[in-house]
Amino acid sequence: METLYSVTVGILTACSVFLILRGRSFPVVVGITMLSYAVNLFLFSTGRLTIDGAPIYGTQETYADPLPQALVLTAIVIGFAMTAYSIILAVRARGEIGTDEVNQQDNSTEGNR
Amino acid sequence: MWQQHLAILPILVPLLAALLQLLPWGDRPQPRRRAIGLLSSILTLILSIALLVQVNQDQMIVYALGNWSAPFGIVLMVDKLSALMMLITAILALPVLIYGCYAEDNLGSHFQALFQFQVMGIMGAFATGDIFNLFVFFEVLLISSYALLMHGGGKFRLRTTLHYVLLNLLGSALFLISVGTLYGVTGTLNMADLATQVQQLSGDQAALAKAGGMMLLIVFGIKAAILPLHFWLPQAYSTTTGVVAALFAIMTKVGVYAIVRVYTLIFGPEANELALIAHDWLWIMGLITMLAGAIGIIGARDLRLLVAYLVVISIGTLIATYSLNGVATTGAMLFYLIHSTFITGALFLLADLIAFERGKTASRIVSGKKMANHSAYSVMFLIAAIAIIGLPPLSGFVGKLMIMESASPTGASFWLWGAMLGATLIMLISVTRAGSKMLWHTLSGKANEQSAPLGKRAAVVMLLSLSVVMTLFASPIRNYTDDVAEQLYDIDQYPSRVLIKGVE
Repeated sequence: METLYSVTVGILTACSVFLILRGRSFPVVVGITMLSYAVNLFLFSTGRLTIDGAPIYGTQETYADPLPQALVLTAIVIGFAMTAYSIILAVRARGEIGTDEVNQQDNSTEGNR
Repeated sequence: MWQQHLAILPILVPLLAALLQLLPWGDRPQPRRRAIGLLSSILTLILSIALLVQVNQDQMIVYALGNWSAPFGIVLMVDKLSALMMLITAILALPVLIYGCYAEDNLGSHFQALFQFQVMGIMGAFATGDIFNLFVFFEVLLISSYALLMHGGGKFRLRTTLHYVLLNLLGSALFLISVGTLYGVTGTLNMADLATQVQQLSGDQAALAKAGGMMLLIVFGIKAAILPLHFWLPQAYSTTTGVVAALFAIMTKVGVYAIVRVYTLIFGPEANELALIAHDWLWIMGLITMLAGAIGIIGARDLRLLVAYLVVISIGTLIATYSLNGVATTGAMLFYLIHSTFITGALFLLADLIAFERGKTASRIVSGKKMANHSAYSVMFLIAAIAIIGLPPLSGFVGKLMIMESASPTGASFWLWGAMLGATLIMLISVTRAGSKMLWHTLSGKANEQSAPLGKRAAVVMLLSLSVVMTLFASPIRNYTDDVAEQLYDIDQYPSRVLIKGVE
């Protein structure tokens, strides 16, 4: 289970890094969203992976660490708001500047697709 | 024991004020919002002073939120360093807000509330004793800064804000990864508890914690704008409005504070296998940051950009000095930190005023028409230039002297002296060139008509006079920053105070 989990996080992170390194704001925003998923999964795993464990101490033989769950919840909320804001920004930048290139470039050059 | 609540009041007051400001206040809401904002800033200043006095007496205030004791709940841990940083924030915020109240807040909606939220986030980041809570307060201040950076709108601001937001989102993700790694290894998020846990790590566990710790350095490096991560700063600070840039003078210091806190308390000299993991990096990066800033100011063709690169130089100086890892050097560094916060704040406001009164040539470093209050600005610029360059007699000189003097026993001081003096020379050349071009080589003919309101100028004078005050009271202030540094390096007291006292 641990292997599958870490491979999942790894693939998500690798994909997001690839997307973030693109030159247009839409892939970058998608990449950052994906990175936040990877981060949330990673955070969740820091309390060790337990199956069938309630996050309450003393009720069961196996119990899950409740703190990472709380952390992930916080991170999800913040990440969600930030993603929404960056999408709005990207859309406005597309509207006002007329291109969704992340960097300043002349409209004549095709840029790094 | 109402005094212990002083720890949280500088966070609550701006929060409450911001919420009040968000209410619909009828047809003409702005005067009321301004009144609330000013009242809140004055109150925060008074509370910060009271907090500093109280912390000076009690050494440290540990405030268990919801009365959940230390390693389990979140605590605010206000030691002398935190109290000092909170006071600096409050002192900077008041003149900047006064400046902002002169119609600067009409350029976009909810400037006043965002300003208070920003102050709240900064205060919280300084006060917290929990590393995940530090992340949350970082987000609070970042979210407000995203909106403030956009204040006034426009294409350039939009693009720089997009860069800033994307970079900081990446930083936040890294922050979470490193916090998660540290939690996975040590099972705690409380900074004082982390300090004790990290001391006991060895082998694989230590390597994991080191990875987490070094990733934190990247996060704080983005905030503080250390060399390879500083490229956002000049662009962001030079395109935004002057009042926002002036408030952001404290933002990079939040990064510096976080570096000082984490790499002294958690990965400090007593962390056994993980002792001083970041200091070698900080040393080199600090020196190169100074160099990069110096190259930046030579090339700057705009006064705001010039000031932004001056910020980069000051960050380099602070980081390099801190990395020498001594009580005396850290004391000197803190003195310089106070000075550079106020003076860069003043310079951003001054650049904004000059840009306004020059009209068409704005803040570009070219000769233009005379300004309506030409001589007043010339004198202000002269004072600000003397202070920021570090010429005698003002506080910049005192601060740099203290850093050099405190660094001199170590062999590394050769490089620090070289970098600082070299950067100072380049600052001297660039700033005087900017001043003479903009203020001496004026075009003949009538002066510009438009004149900035007196209150705006008064706000700049207030910030500049702080430099004079710091020069006059250099010795008591230095004594205090030495006290702060001494407490900071007395790492053993943190777990005992935070973890036991939190239980009461």
